[in-house]
Amino acid sequence: MIVAISIGAVDVPVGDVWGIVLHHVTGTGPAPADPALDQIVWNFRTPRVVLAALVGAGLAVSGAVLQTVVSNPLADPVVLGFSYGATLGAVLVITFGGGMALAGIGASAAAFAGAMAAGALVFALGQRRGRMAPTRLVLAGVAVGYVFLAATSYVQLQATPNELRTVTFWMLGSVAGAQWDQLPTVTVVVLATTALLSLFGRRLNALLAGDESATALGVDVNRLRAVVLVLAALLTGTVIAVSGSIGFVGLMIPHLVRLTIGADHRRLLPLSALLGAVYLVLVDLLSRTLDRPNELPLGILTALLGAPFFLWLLRRNKGLDSV
Amino acid sequence: MKLTVDRLHITLDRTPILREVNLEARKGDIVGLVGPNGSGKSTLLRAVYRSLRPADGVVRVGDDVWALSARAAARRTAAVLQDGGGNTTGLTVTEIVALGRAPHHGLLGRDGAADHRAVQEAIDRCGVLPFADRDFASLSGGERQRVLLARALAQRPQLLVLDEVTNHLDIRARFELLDLIRATGVTTLAVLHDLDLAARLCDHLVVLHKGAVITAGLVLKVLTPAVLRDVFGVRATTERHPDGVIRVVYGAQPLADDGTTDADSTAVGDGTADADSTTAGADTTPDGDGRSAEGAVR
Repeated sequence: MIVAISIGAVDVPVGDVWGIVLHHVTGTGPAPADPALDQIVWNFRTPRVVLAALVGAGLAVSGAVLQTVVSNPLADPVVLGFSYGATLGAVLVITFGGGMALAGIGASAAAFAGAMAAGALVFALGQRRGRMAPTRLVLAGVAVGYVFLAATSYVQLQATPNELRTVTFWMLGSVAGAQWDQLPTVTVVVLATTALLSLFGRRLNALLAGDESATALGVDVNRLRAVVLVLAALLTGTVIAVSGSIGFVGLMIPHLVRLTIGADHRRLLPLSALLGAVYLVLVDLLSRTLDRPNELPLGILTALLGAPFFLWLLRRNKGLDSV
Repeated sequence: MKLTVDRLHITLDRTPILREVNLEARKGDIVGLVGPNGSGKSTLLRAVYRSLRPADGVVRVGDDVWALSARAAARRTAAVLQDGGGNTTGLTVTEIVALGRAPHHGLLGRDGAADHRAVQEAIDRCGVLPFADRDFASLSGGERQRVLLARALAQRPQLLVLDEVTNHLDIRARFELLDLIRATGVTTLAVLHDLDLAARLCDHLVVLHKGAVITAGLVLKVLTPAVLRDVFGVRATTERHPDGVIRVVYGAQPLADDGTTDADSTAVGDGTADADSTTAGADTTPDGDGRSAEGAVR
């Protein structure tokens, strides 16, 4: 992360970065010599890298548990409609929020509300007589996603070209707007939900055996599904609200971990968080260095870089042949 | 532990599936549940492993299972079901067996020595060790069922519930699995389609037809030509081979469409013929010996 902070439009020596971060975090060590450098490192780069890590971790954990509770390897925050809900919220504010210069904050709140609305809809439509069947949940998610996407497209037609550019950038995701004051909330939500979900690891493992077998293993399948969905929606809504809709991380990272170290959720969730964090920090680093001084949206790179590696891993894995 | 099913009624989507079902399995007994497709066998099992709440009646495994928590019930009753291991890609065989320890832990519980012992013992007992580190998906059908049985034994259950565990296995794998089940000594309620296998495995049989118990008791007493004809729709007799094996011998010709044959036309009591009427309760349905179904399986 230190290296990631040091690289950018202005390269800062790693040693200086370490000094600046140490100074701010611990209050010891010499004060930074160059205020401009201090500004770049501490006010722009550091929150950005920390946010990238949190968002990557959040998306990966969310994808991992969603894939399990809906028994579908394709599930992720996008498939279950959360991302489209967030997008609609953000796009509404960007387009109709007037000339609000501080659209960033307004869009975040709206995106969070949108993700929660999508989550609530999927939750309500995905169940019948109190039972949430996996297939019904996925299909409800896909349908809700399409409705939100349609609404988003309609809103986009009303947008000015300038707004449209903001919208597009938002839809592909970015952590460029990271600010220190966003971080406490995001940190708490990501760490707390990841920890909580990891506590359910043993039960999520049992759920892999199928609903009926999990019941016979003492798991209240419906309650587990409800609790995990709520936590995943909260987690996803929080990270999408501050980063935009970044695809592929939630889908790919959990599978990557499963294919390499296995599917036991007590390892899968923490390691997905870690790998997701590292991956998004790297992708963000590339997004601001490949085309200096311009920045590329994260959503373009996550898939462009991740997909070939993922496909290579898929071909190499023999365990997938028989299922 | 003793299993008692007492006047069980189950309704799904307002359709009655089980009516007035009574059965009992004493400690250590292996009770077979047989009947044609749609007779309610799997539904009855779901009520026993606490997946389906009955409309009326009680399932007791020591206590009323619905008075226990899901976890407490799963510490007493383990099940091997037809979902065939689910989608466990990425879990090794040992990890799948270790799922059996789930009911023994709360959210904060960590694996301890007792868990490792239970898992190792189950792996040894079911002969799973040679493929303990393999992926479940790479195993043969017989190996898979042994893994799932090991998972159930890792629960340290006092009642085993088995749903068609011999399906799709070759004949040797079937016998091996049945021997393993017998050797556990755990009280067992098993649904089996194959009547020969049911006769081989079980001490007692309970015949379910259209949601009601038709007859229950010792294998030879239960699988009479009349029951085989009226419930299963086949012309057959049951005989004990000199070596002790009970066999069902199926006739060459199928039954006529009206379900009648020349012989034994009324050997089963009146209750059987109109078992689909709502009044045909197990308590009132006499079997071939005129004993009540409940009394037959003590």
